[in-house]
Amino acid sequence: MCRGGAHCEKPLRGRGEPVADRPSGRRRPSAGTAADRNSRTGRPGRSFARLLPAVATAAALLTGCGPHYVVLHPVGPVAKSELHAVEMASIPMAAVFLFVVTLFVIAVLRFRDRPGNTAPYLPDWEGSRRLEIVWFAIPILIIAFIAIPTVRTTFALDRLPPAQDPLVVDVTSLDWKWLFQYPSAQIATVDYLKVPTGRPILFELTANGPMNTFWLPQLGGMEYTMPGRLLPLWLQVDKPGQYWGRSGNFSGVGFAHMQFHLDAVSPAAFTAWVAGVRQGDPPMTAADYQGLLKPAVVGVETYSGYPAGSFPTATHGFTLAGGMYTYPPSS
Amino acid sequence: MSLLAQLFPPGVLRPMELGSDGLILLTVAGLLFVLTRYRKWGWLWREWVTTVDHKKIGVMYLVASLVMLFRGGVDALLLRTQLAAPGSTFLGPEHYDEIFTTHGTIMVFFMAMPLMFALYNAVIPLMIGARDVAFPRLNAISFWVFAFAGILFNISFVVGGSPNAGWTAYAPLTERAFNPGVGENYYLLALLISGIGTLASGINFLATILGMRARGMTLMKMPLFVWSALVSSALILFAFPALTVALGLTMLDRLFGSSFFTLTAGGMPMMYVNLFWIWGHPEVYLLVLPAFGIFSEVVSTFSRKTLFGYPSMVGSLLAITLLSFGVWVHHFFTMGAGAAVNAFFGVSTMLIAIPTGVKIFNWILTMWGGRVRMTVAMLWQMAFIPTFVVGGATGVLLAVVPGDYQFHNSYFMVAHFHNMLIGGVVFGFLSGLYYWWPKMFGYMLDERQGRWAFWLFFIGFWVTFMPQYFLGLEGMTRRMYTYSAGFGWTTLNQISTLGAYVMGAGFLVLVYNIVWSMLRGERDVTGDPWDGRTLEWSLPSPAPEYNFARLPTVTERDAWWHAKREGGAVAAQWRAREIEPIAMPRPTAVPFFIGLAFFLAGAGMVFSWWVVAAVGFAGVVALLVRGWFDDQDHEELSRDAVLRVEAAAGRLQA
Repeated sequence: MCRGGAHCEKPLRGRGEPVADRPSGRRRPSAGTAADRNSRTGRPGRSFARLLPAVATAAALLTGCGPHYVVLHPVGPVAKSELHAVEMASIPMAAVFLFVVTLFVIAVLRFRDRPGNTAPYLPDWEGSRRLEIVWFAIPILIIAFIAIPTVRTTFALDRLPPAQDPLVVDVTSLDWKWLFQYPSAQIATVDYLKVPTGRPILFELTANGPMNTFWLPQLGGMEYTMPGRLLPLWLQVDKPGQYWGRSGNFSGVGFAHMQFHLDAVSPAAFTAWVAGVRQGDPPMTAADYQGLLKPAVVGVETYSGYPAGSFPTATHGFTLAGGMYTYPPSS
Repeated sequence: MSLLAQLFPPGVLRPMELGSDGLILLTVAGLLFVLTRYRKWGWLWREWVTTVDHKKIGVMYLVASLVMLFRGGVDALLLRTQLAAPGSTFLGPEHYDEIFTTHGTIMVFFMAMPLMFALYNAVIPLMIGARDVAFPRLNAISFWVFAFAGILFNISFVVGGSPNAGWTAYAPLTERAFNPGVGENYYLLALLISGIGTLASGINFLATILGMRARGMTLMKMPLFVWSALVSSALILFAFPALTVALGLTMLDRLFGSSFFTLTAGGMPMMYVNLFWIWGHPEVYLLVLPAFGIFSEVVSTFSRKTLFGYPSMVGSLLAITLLSFGVWVHHFFTMGAGAAVNAFFGVSTMLIAIPTGVKIFNWILTMWGGRVRMTVAMLWQMAFIPTFVVGGATGVLLAVVPGDYQFHNSYFMVAHFHNMLIGGVVFGFLSGLYYWWPKMFGYMLDERQGRWAFWLFFIGFWVTFMPQYFLGLEGMTRRMYTYSAGFGWTTLNQISTLGAYVMGAGFLVLVYNIVWSMLRGERDVTGDPWDGRTLEWSLPSPAPEYNFARLPTVTERDAWWHAKREGGAVAAQWRAREIEPIAMPRPTAVPFFIGLAFFLAGAGMVFSWWVVAAVGFAGVVALLVRGWFDDQDHEELSRDAVLRVEAAAGRLQA
């Protein structure tokens, strides 16, 4: 992984038209990535240059350096700690793979049934208590090494960072679009949302239709949107930019279009945007909401208000308790 | 008119469907012609349709599963073709959704499961020194119920429309409100019916292995494949009822308007997901454990060496069996179960890596100090080891709960489970097929062609699925019928598609290998072509109808290996005076008609034709009653008949 390198820190950013079907990212050819790296280190290398496309493809495959490897390019604390947990587990797993494959290759090469093979032949060797204890011990140690931080991170991510006032965004997955409502500002958007950087965002997830998952790969992992349930998920973005999100759970013919994007802007710009929406955009009428419920893929929308009852609250029989991310944070 | 519209909605009238209809009709016509022209109807009826011989039932399972492998594989190629280019219009979204649904369902229920039962039927009684399974008629019922359920599922794309909610069929997408039409009914009824056959098979093999082992074969002297079949059958017994409940309640919702998983009237979709995976995770282990058993037999035979660490191999099987019931939530960490629950299931999932790791080491150590023969069966075993370690490693990464939040339902997860199910189950069953083929059919599969099939399939597998891990890291989620170029997913998808075609070529070579070998392959006249270790190799190939002229007595593990060492060539010979008449189960047509009646009942339910359904169910009951009162279920094979067969096989001492 080369997350630390400047050349691969470019966030997926672009000025994509806000169309649900189109990821707002500009694809950098992988050859460019490797070329950048080469020029930076000052070793262009003529003959090497001819191999660049192949090498770059291999490099992109092997290291996951390209900016479109969204999972490897987190822009917030949740995605970062999720990636960190994976990296910590990957190291021992890679070691296990190398060890097993080495042992396996040696066994096959050394004990092949060939005339004149002088390796010892022990047809009745049926076990070795000592070796088997080692076989048990190695995986146990490795699993302990992975399991302990896993449990710790799982619990850590379950809590909102204390002493911070999160921005609450209510999310409803519909056939086949995302409705975002900001209860504090009483504004709503469809298939895109705008959030301030550096502030935790508490997403309250539900569905009015089949289940989907709400996933913003560069901000952090996904959570289901389920009818009759309200699941909280907190994420945060520290870097201004535009990031795409989508559903991970199949929800019918329009599922591939269950995409949206998130604009992360400075807190001041966010405040200004909210004020602008409240003044300049029409409110969502009950008829608009009914229209959104119809199964269809739509474009982005912005509303300066929404009808009461268009998002379920805990008092309407939805459960906040038992969420993966507990809210409010219990002390 | 409305009936016609119900039977032939637009979804079954697409050019691709109509083309398939034509091919199917041609094939059926061809089969009918051949059967009639060569007067094979009686043969088909006597030798196959009414048989209760486990070996023949095994062959029928095998044929069915290879046909289904073809169908599921064509589905896979269609999916991969669609994904080879961004914005492709090769398949529309409706079509794509149907095809990934049938691909998954067929591969799990109608390819992998029958392939497993094919191998159980082909060799388990032979390996334990038994003359048949515990309940031969039930065995035939299992097969015919499965076969007709498979037919019911497969006709959906010709009549009525295919299911389209994924092989997992999560509610509420499968509810009537979101999913009109009969497609999901096909899914539910076909799986409910085939589940009856599966459950019966599980009971049958459990009883066979526990009750019918040769004298002296204690549990700890059983071959590892028998052990794996034992625990896998136990898994069937405990896991399948959960699936039956999940599907049954969905069926009630769809057909009778109940609200178990609906949005309204207090339904709870998440309960479906729980029930489905309480079955679903044991399901993947009940498929992969027999593959582990095969690997244990194959690696030992082709290393000419005792299996390393037999007791820890058995212990690992038992540990995996127990743990498999404690991991189901890892299929939905992202459904808000809470940190404590997720941590528990994350760690329990990782624990499975321990017994699995022990098994991998033991297989390698079995080669260590042996003489490894690179037969095709062994190649599949050897390909399995690195492949499965990659799949296991990514499985551990998926069990890291915070990581799973990023991997869930992405192509990383798609790559992982194909890695396990192909690299583990399919490689294992193919290894078993090449290994036991001479025992099942009496001829060897050509090794050179087998190597071609192996390398194509193996390389194709890696080229198909390794890029999918990276697609997952790029954020591609499963079941998308299209994507736009801006994501940067195109190249990896193209590589993956290329690999799928190479795998397809491997399958064609495998079929060629089978057909060629059947016509011109080397016949196995010894009964023991691999210098085998277990009892099935003590019999002629293929084994006579009654398997063992005299039931063997076992004193050691690898009984046949030891017998050969001590007795040499006479180990498999009998004295004529030792032969006695044998009571054999009588052939019966009842199982076939039970399957047919279930088909009728299922089709009636699918289309809500209640009269048809009632007739079908009444038929099932009537046939069962008829079976219960049939006390002529055995017939005696005379001593002379046995002597004739044994003498022809050269098994009688002078």
